[in-house]
Amino acid sequence: MANANDVAAAKTGAHIEARYSIGHLIVYITLVALALFFLLPFIWQVLTSFKTLLDTERTIWPSVWVPRNYLKVFEQIRFGRYFFNSIFVALWVTTLQVTTSSFAAFAFSRLKWPGRDKVFLLYLATMMIPPVVLMIPNFWIIMRLGLYNSYAGLIVPAAFSAFGTFLLRQFMMTIPSSLDEAATIDGATEWQVFTDIILPLARPGIIVLSIFTFMGNYRSFFWPLILIKDDALRTLPIGLMYFDSVYGQQINLLMAGSVMSIVPLVIVFVIFQRQIISGIQIGAVKG
Amino acid sequence: MAEIVLTKVKKVYPGDVLAVRDIDLKINDKEFVVLVGPSGCGKSTILRMVAGLEEITAGTIEIENRVVNNIAPKNRDIAMVFQDYALYPHMTVRKNIAFGLKLRKYAREEIEKRVQEAGRILGISELLDRKPRALSGGQRQRVAVGRAIVRHPKAFLFDEPLSNLDARLRTEMRAELKRLHGRLQTTTIYVTHDQEEAMTLGDRIVVLKDGIIHQVGTPLEIYFQPVDRFVGGFVGTPPMNFLNGKLVAENGGVMFDEGTVKLVLPQNKHTAVEDMVGKDAVLGVRPETMHVADSAHSENIMPVHVDVSEPLGENTDLYVSTASNKSVVARVESHPGLEMGKDIKLAVDMEAAHVFEVGADAKNRTVEHSRFAS
Ligand SMILES: Nc1ncnc2c1ncn2[C@@H]1O[C@H](COP(=O)(O)OP(=O)(O)O)[C@@H](O)[C@H]1O
Ligand SMILES: [Mg+2]
Repeated sequence: MANANDVAAAKTGAHIEARYSIGHLIVYITLVALALFFLLPFIWQVLTSFKTLLDTERTIWPSVWVPRNYLKVFEQIRFGRYFFNSIFVALWVTTLQVTTSSFAAFAFSRLKWPGRDKVFLLYLATMMIPPVVLMIPNFWIIMRLGLYNSYAGLIVPAAFSAFGTFLLRQFMMTIPSSLDEAATIDGATEWQVFTDIILPLARPGIIVLSIFTFMGNYRSFFWPLILIKDDALRTLPIGLMYFDSVYGQQINLLMAGSVMSIVPLVIVFVIFQRQIISGIQIGAVKG
Repeated sequence: MAEIVLTKVKKVYPGDVLAVRDIDLKINDKEFVVLVGPSGCGKSTILRMVAGLEEITAGTIEIENRVVNNIAPKNRDIAMVFQDYALYPHMTVRKNIAFGLKLRKYAREEIEKRVQEAGRILGISELLDRKPRALSGGQRQRVAVGRAIVRHPKAFLFDEPLSNLDARLRTEMRAELKRLHGRLQTTTIYVTHDQEEAMTLGDRIVVLKDGIIHQVGTPLEIYFQPVDRFVGGFVGTPPMNFLNGKLVAENGGVMFDEGTVKLVLPQNKHTAVEDMVGKDAVLGVRPETMHVADSAHSENIMPVHVDVSEPLGENTDLYVSTASNKSVVARVESHPGLEMGKDIKLAVDMEAAHVFEVGADAKNRTVEHSRFAS
């Protein structure tokens, strides 16, 4: 016993030493510098949002602080409306995409059908097509479906996702098949295996996908830009463009609006910090 | 009355993997049958076909006089215990055990009653509100068994349920499973690669290799009358010794000529080997049928050199080399003078020896049938 304790103590000692070694110091300094570097644009954004228009071109630090910029955003554009649209669309997209992805992932990881893995490869292949290339065909299809300039036009194309399917399939593949076999023998139908066994166990993957999908869609710019004509249907990124357009350039207000638009993302991040990090790791490790 | 009958059952996996070849097997009601064989011999495949988890390529499987080939697993009324236990990690022990009953729409009180009963039988009543993660290997094993017994199924299927436990727990659970079977009297098919487990648990044992049944019999039949060299070598620890040689007729008797020693076959076995005289043969000798020769022994004596001596208490395992430099294991009564490096004499009990013929069948497969199995 004494021996074991000694070994443990020795290990801890080694650990402390390692933590303060020169190598670690360099790593730490580099990481902190990088973190600050990535924060810079954000700091600039916040500073700019409190500047007068004149200041935006002249100084880094506001010569006068103008919190009223934030109110002005509400006066000049329908910020609340855009905000609602963004959240509304992102929530729908997230719900639908996670639902369809989990169905598809179940089919690709659990059900046995001829050609399954070949079809899945095709799925993967679509992930290699740059999204811009799909913009025009997608636009054409949505026009034909009569969904131009509508919520549905924003939601439907994003309701299905090869990436989501891929992510959840990889996750479900790690669930031992003896669990579904046990459930099958216990009397579960395929549907019950899905809802009672696989879905609950795939929860971490589903949370990660939900967060990524929500954040991705909330920020999406190009598709709403070409698809939406009515001011009332605009999402935040499009609505904020008012401040950087032919009607004038008000960088300070643009930044104030952007800061406010980030709030939901920050909330999501704070709540789901752990899942987001593990999600990035899933992506990193599983490739 | 759950009898399970396999008729000409065959399994070919995608990619032309022939896992099970034309198996005929009848498992009687209430019987505890153990499928045993080396890894990859098709044990799990057979079990999974009975469970309905694997399609049957050819042949039929009947449970209680009903062909189940095309019947879904849940409608076969069987329960299975998996090697990795397959407990649902997100459910408590109670929910794990109750899952099958809930799906089958049993009344709440009935479910609770049965869960409690299973908990009592298996000694896991205090664990019902825990998640599987918080259980030890042995406890998980019990929960898995609990999940199987609550449904009162027609048959239990076990696929190597003890192989993830350490040696002591394994022996303990083995006894418990046997007791449980005595109590519930449910038809059971049990798969293991461990011959000792098979011997201790089975009413009958089915010895398999390469998807073929080599022998079906009670543990003692399998042990005392192995039908071929494979079964002889597979069952028993330390394993049976095989000596290569020839059968010769001498002085009105039949002997096994190993080259350096001649061992005399008892009179009552002559007819069984008559036609083999003059031909190559393999003699099978179990380690425990050899003794250190003393003045009482006059024939069938082999001079050997002790390479390694492993005292086990009452017995000692001797790893020896014969005069023809063949390695042989003998399990003899412990006594002084059996140390490593000694030259001793071993007496072979030829009453208990097996003669396997050496040859090939029409398809050029090796034939090593025993001449003494009935
Ligand atoms: N799903 C499968 N696909 C292809 N071959 C398989 C599959 N499952 C098992 N096999 C093969 O079938 C043979 C028997 O396997 P199995 O029944 O698992 O053996 P055991 O349980 O006796 O170890 C092995 O050769 C194995 O490789
Ligand atoms: Mg197996």
